[in-house]
Amino acid sequence: MSEQKIKNMTLNFGPQHPAAHGVLRLVLEMDGEVIERADPHIGLLHRGTEKLIEYKTYMQATPYFDRLDYVAPMNQEHAFCLAIEKLMGVEVPKRGQYIRVLYAEIGRILNHILNLTTFALDVGAMTPLLWGFEEREKLMEFYERVCGARLHANYFRPGGVAADLPAGLLEDISDWVDQFPKFVKDFDRVLTGNRIFKQRAVGIGTVTAEEAFDWGFTGPNIRASGIAWDLRKSQPYDSYEDFDFDIPIGKHGDVYDRYLVRFEEMNQSLRIMRQVIDKMPDGPVIVQNNKVAPPARADMKRSMEALIHHFKLFTEGFHVPAGECYAAVEAPKGEFGVFLVSDGSNRPYRCKIRAPGFAHLQGMDFMSKGHMLADVVANIGSLDIVFGEIDR
Amino acid sequence: MSELLSDNSVALKDLKDLLKSHFGADVIDTAYRYGELTVVVKRESITNVLTFLRDDAGCLFKQLIDICGVDYPERAERFEVVYHLLSLKHNLRIRVKVTTDEETPVPTAVGVFNAANWFERETWDMYGVFFADHPDPRRILTDYGFEGHPLRKDFPLTGYVEVRYDDEQKRVVYEPVKLVQDFRNFDFESPWEGMQSILPGDEKAEGKA
Repeated sequence: MSEQKIKNMTLNFGPQHPAAHGVLRLVLEMDGEVIERADPHIGLLHRGTEKLIEYKTYMQATPYFDRLDYVAPMNQEHAFCLAIEKLMGVEVPKRGQYIRVLYAEIGRILNHILNLTTFALDVGAMTPLLWGFEEREKLMEFYERVCGARLHANYFRPGGVAADLPAGLLEDISDWVDQFPKFVKDFDRVLTGNRIFKQRAVGIGTVTAEEAFDWGFTGPNIRASGIAWDLRKSQPYDSYEDFDFDIPIGKHGDVYDRYLVRFEEMNQSLRIMRQVIDKMPDGPVIVQNNKVAPPARADMKRSMEALIHHFKLFTEGFHVPAGECYAAVEAPKGEFGVFLVSDGSNRPYRCKIRAPGFAHLQGMDFMSKGHMLADVVANIGSLDIVFGEIDR
Repeated sequence: MSELLSDNSVALKDLKDLLKSHFGADVIDTAYRYGELTVVVKRESITNVLTFLRDDAGCLFKQLIDICGVDYPERAERFEVVYHLLSLKHNLRIRVKVTTDEETPVPTAVGVFNAANWFERETWDMYGVFFADHPDPRRILTDYGFEGHPLRKDFPLTGYVEVRYDDEQKRVVYEPVKLVQDFRNFDFESPWEGMQSILPGDEKAEGKA
């Protein structure tokens, strides 16, 4: 028999593949079923957010942040608001900060439910998804009750939050916090110890701590590699220092550890939410400076000055002193940062969005090398990728 | 909060002095504002500075958080390339900047941080900043076959081409942008407050007098 030359096969994974978590086109060079090289092509969802923001006033730019990582919208707004507040030297009232923390943690649970359940679906478990989305729906109702929108909230504003919590909402969130652990327990029992699930997850896509540093990993992905690093603890913003919570870390840095870390983070988020609800202070929710935050609706009916302030804020917007700063939050996916350059006008001169998923997806190549095609799916699922924030 | 800020101001000042003493004239400028340290260095020495920041025991900035460009068309070297680093060991952040123009390449940081690869590709895509010896200098976010660098200040917000699916040709076609309504860019400079510059039209009165 004559000798045959075997050529590597190139396989197009996506952009329309249900396990690609969005519009990821992955060009895989394969030797049989083993991955030799993975080359992610991104940008299919590129909308030019950063360019658009340069042409909008600061207040008009906030909704763009909902559309980045649309799984946990408020966490993105948070970073942008923090950056503006840093440049303007605005201090958010305590109640505003607590509400922000409450909704940031709701966002984290929203994100983790979506990621863990779809990841489970990718590797063959369908039930958690059906359970999880019911819980997500309840959380999105809390979003809706506070700002009128289930997804694109635009609730965090420079200086605080748009409106106070409506009557009864805090009690309902409190009830939800009490009943959610039942879901967590069921979820744990059906998936964590599941033999089939473990076969797909344990020992796949291992990332050492050194590699995680080198590739700029943040959030749950670096914690799974054994680094106890959480911006909420190390560089606390918005009163996170008032709350008691633990940072779960992994030991091996594989797909399974990333799953476990996210799983435990849901419990920790619940702990924070419980503390926020118990300690919730009274007072204003947004800074009482009408040059930054709009006056109350009732004032506008009586006071000419309030009416003018409202008009000026929603046409011209506020001016931010010239300067540049970087503000980061611990978003559910990792460090979400905003590098804001202001030239003193009412629009950002430059607003660079640092999305955690961008750095994580870059690691796909070294993580999937030597693995099977099916493991690529597990890898993508465990990295927690959403294309809204990667492509921007 | 204020305690934290004062803590890091001392550490960042030490860091600034360390960098100045180690690199001398390579450090062009430093600034400390909003609790953040910015260091402007010479373009040629960027890889040395990044390596030092990563490895020196007093720095250990092991994580490259971000690389991005900023465009100032009125400057001689119009682009700034901004590196954000994070030190987990010392819980500090630092911002390193270099300047460049459309032609001069910036040495690549991929040799120091692997994460720099995509960030530099993005900067190239968005601003057209060259990175010398970059292992994979392709575009990243824009369309295949895209021309121009969209985040430059002289690139119009609406772009130059638009795409649509042509039902007769049964494929996606590219056409020059046709705006139904003229692009509107409002001038919000208000004569009532906070305005320093002269009003448009005032310069004519000056000339006549």
